[in-house]
Amino acid sequence: MTTHSIKWFWFASPHTFYPLAGTIARVSAALAAIFAAAGLYVAFFVAPTDAQQGEVYRIIFIHVPAAWMSMFIYVVMAFWSALGFAMHTRLSAMMARALAPTGALFTFIALWTGSLWGKPTWGTWWVWDARLTSELILLFLYFGFMALQAAIDDRRRADRAGALLAIVGVVNIPIIYYSVQWWNTLHQGASVSFTKAPSMAATMLTGMLLMALAFWMYSIAVALTRLRCEIAEVP
Amino acid sequence: MSEFLAMGGYGGYIWGAYGVTFVLLAIEVIVLLKRKHEAKA
Repeated sequence: MTTHSIKWFWFASPHTFYPLAGTIARVSAALAAIFAAAGLYVAFFVAPTDAQQGEVYRIIFIHVPAAWMSMFIYVVMAFWSALGFAMHTRLSAMMARALAPTGALFTFIALWTGSLWGKPTWGTWWVWDARLTSELILLFLYFGFMALQAAIDDRRRADRAGALLAIVGVVNIPIIYYSVQWWNTLHQGASVSFTKAPSMAATMLTGMLLMALAFWMYSIAVALTRLRCEIAEVP
Repeated sequence: MSEFLAMGGYGGYIWGAYGVTFVLLAIEVIVLLKRKHEAKA
């Protein structure tokens, strides 16, 4: 087998991916700013006041996209962890490490904004229902991953231990997603799902999707910049 | 303007949510740019 036939592995080398990561990060950062500006404009000036909840529902424009990102980033992190675990590619473990803090941040934002939404609508900051509890467990999984990585000095062992935790923890993601169906939760069901039409006004949905794109681009920009740091810091 | 900030009486909840989100994202960016500068990445 000649090396020319395996182009797939070309960018699996940290050295070759380094400049590409920088370019993607810069473009993503610019797009994040544009989507955030558009999303916030729709969120506060276009989307109508909700008939039942009044203005407080406007928390949805950061709450739902942040919750989506918290779950999606974990799945991506677990994917790279699994790939690194199986293939021993250095870049995969670096990618997982670069994603964890941003995933934890979005998990905290989802919980925080949910709490500030719960108080005026449910009358409580927190309740131990399935959706909220499984999302809190997700935050602890991120913390556990980062703590485990930091606690083990040998890089390769740290990556393998972290990868194992990330892969096992991925079972929590469907639990979060389906918690509102499986259990009788105080948290409402999905506003947007793959199987049925969204149960909200079109402008509300537009605002939410724009903010989701903004968070998405933000995450790519931040994670790839952190990846570049990881690569540059290798002694 | 003050009516906009009041958000129909929910201003504290809404700006508390948006404010903390913005501050946390800003802190992440600042910490990361500092790390990037030190790593010369």
